[in-house]
Amino acid sequence: MANSIKVTDLCAGYGAVQVLNSVSLEVRDGETVTMLGTNGNGKSTLIKSIMGIVKPISGKVEAEIDGVTHNLIGMEPEQIVRLGIALVPEGRRLFPKLTVEENLLLGAYRGEARARIAENLDFCYQAFSRLAERRNQLAGSMSGGEQQMVALARAVMTSPKILLIDEPSVGLAPILVSRTIEKIGELKDKFKLTVLMAEQNFHQAVKIADRGYVIVHGHIEFEGRRDEMANNDMIKKLYLGI
Amino acid sequence: MQKMSNKVFIPVVYGVALAFGLLSMLAPNDYFYSAAYTVLLFVILSSAWNILGGYTGYVNFGTAAFFAMGAYTTVAIFKFAPGTPLIVMIIAGMLVAGLTGLGMGALTLRLRGVFFSIATLALSVVMFTFVVNWDYVGGARGAYVIAPRVAPLGFGRYIYFLYAVMIFLSATAMIVARIIETSTIGRGLEAIRDDELAAECCGVPTLRLKLLSTTISGALMGMAGTTYPYFVSYVEPASTFNLSYAVNSIAMPLIGGMTTWVGPLIGAVLLGTVQQVVQVTISSAWNLLIVGVLLVLFVTLAPEGIMGLWYDFRKKQRAKKGAAQ
Repeated sequence: MANSIKVTDLCAGYGAVQVLNSVSLEVRDGETVTMLGTNGNGKSTLIKSIMGIVKPISGKVEAEIDGVTHNLIGMEPEQIVRLGIALVPEGRRLFPKLTVEENLLLGAYRGEARARIAENLDFCYQAFSRLAERRNQLAGSMSGGEQQMVALARAVMTSPKILLIDEPSVGLAPILVSRTIEKIGELKDKFKLTVLMAEQNFHQAVKIADRGYVIVHGHIEFEGRRDEMANNDMIKKLYLGI
Repeated sequence: MQKMSNKVFIPVVYGVALAFGLLSMLAPNDYFYSAAYTVLLFVILSSAWNILGGYTGYVNFGTAAFFAMGAYTTVAIFKFAPGTPLIVMIIAGMLVAGLTGLGMGALTLRLRGVFFSIATLALSVVMFTFVVNWDYVGGARGAYVIAPRVAPLGFGRYIYFLYAVMIFLSATAMIVARIIETSTIGRGLEAIRDDELAAECCGVPTLRLKLLSTTISGALMGMAGTTYPYFVSYVEPASTFNLSYAVNSIAMPLIGGMTTWVGPLIGAVLLGTVQQVVQVTISSAWNLLIVGVLLVLFVTLAPEGIMGLWYDFRKKQRAKKGAAQ
């Protein structure tokens, strides 16, 4: 069954400051789409608008879950999570004083996720063997890379169909960035997820992305498949400095 | 150690409350009842405050407003129909304060941290002005609320009856706090306290839980206020809206420990008793000074309160046991 997200002419911002200016973006069923852009261009705002955390000024946000289309505008974040859309927030945002396992259990707060708690927990420990070893360790005492794994696993605990990931590489050592990106690719295949990932690191993101967007000053400046991205002049200018 | 289920916990608390009530019949004089009434009042207020402040992490400076709303509901009903049974006033006071809590939550919960606290302080000022200008309940002059000559249920003196009611209400407040704490709701509230955005990502219905928490917290504070007019006989705004209610209901959970229902109980009994003793032996003006000194001591030496010290102690003991084996 199809799971996709469609954003049409979205304008959003904070108070008097408008961040997104008529943004349209689409994530089709089973795709991994990356949204590229440097700091302050609106990546997080777009992701928060999809999750209902930021209330958009105008435009449409629609999600197709198991073939049924839902209008996400005006929905509360918890309703959107219940539909099957999960967010891995920027900076991971774990509960540092809880153990790894407690963090994961909190991910299964909603009723439907609670019913599948054992199954999902097994799955997470299979996918992230490191977390199984450290299930009783306090999340705050783990390394950045491990914390990012916990954040990913916690999102999986909500039984999502669509996963939104906001800058998974933030604050990680380069070797951990590529490991994190690979893990996201694995998770996507195993769980048959549709993924939208905001990222600054073009080289890493492009490894798993089917398509990409470049967002500059709240505008989509480029849209294309992976092979098109590698050859695009603007991406070269933005990221490679050529 | 297995935690006690709420089905066992409820009768145990009411049982202990009953035993405590019977035991206090041995009290040497009537002053005991009046002092103990005040301590119990603070047990309710700090338990109620802790539901929003301790579990959810939203610091409410408006305890006095909710307390006074309960008290003035009783005054208004008394003016309208003096013979109304106390239980009606208690329920009405809870409704009024609970709905105010819900309204306050809806208006202010978009504010976080210190801004929310300032908004609750403003509520206190608004309610105070409202009551001062409401002539029906006495306005700034105050109002007399005379207790019936004969106490209901064969209690003899009305103060005995009030004291018994207060024991029952305190037990109820603790039970409500414990039920919230041990349920999924409590876990959601704690997630909000630790990181609201992360809680939203986990699918915790943050707005609904926060509203629930302001409503229940407000209703319990109002409940504490409903018996107060009969206790003091003369109600006037300046003392009913006294800052000491807000300060004490924050200080007590802080001293006892904010993560469990036991903390506010310990803090209220400890601080409340010390205040009562000081009031008699030294002077009533010293009350808030003592609160301040204790608060500074606890914030610097035991920021997690007495329960925090207890948990640390238990952890060390367990570590010792582990090392010995």
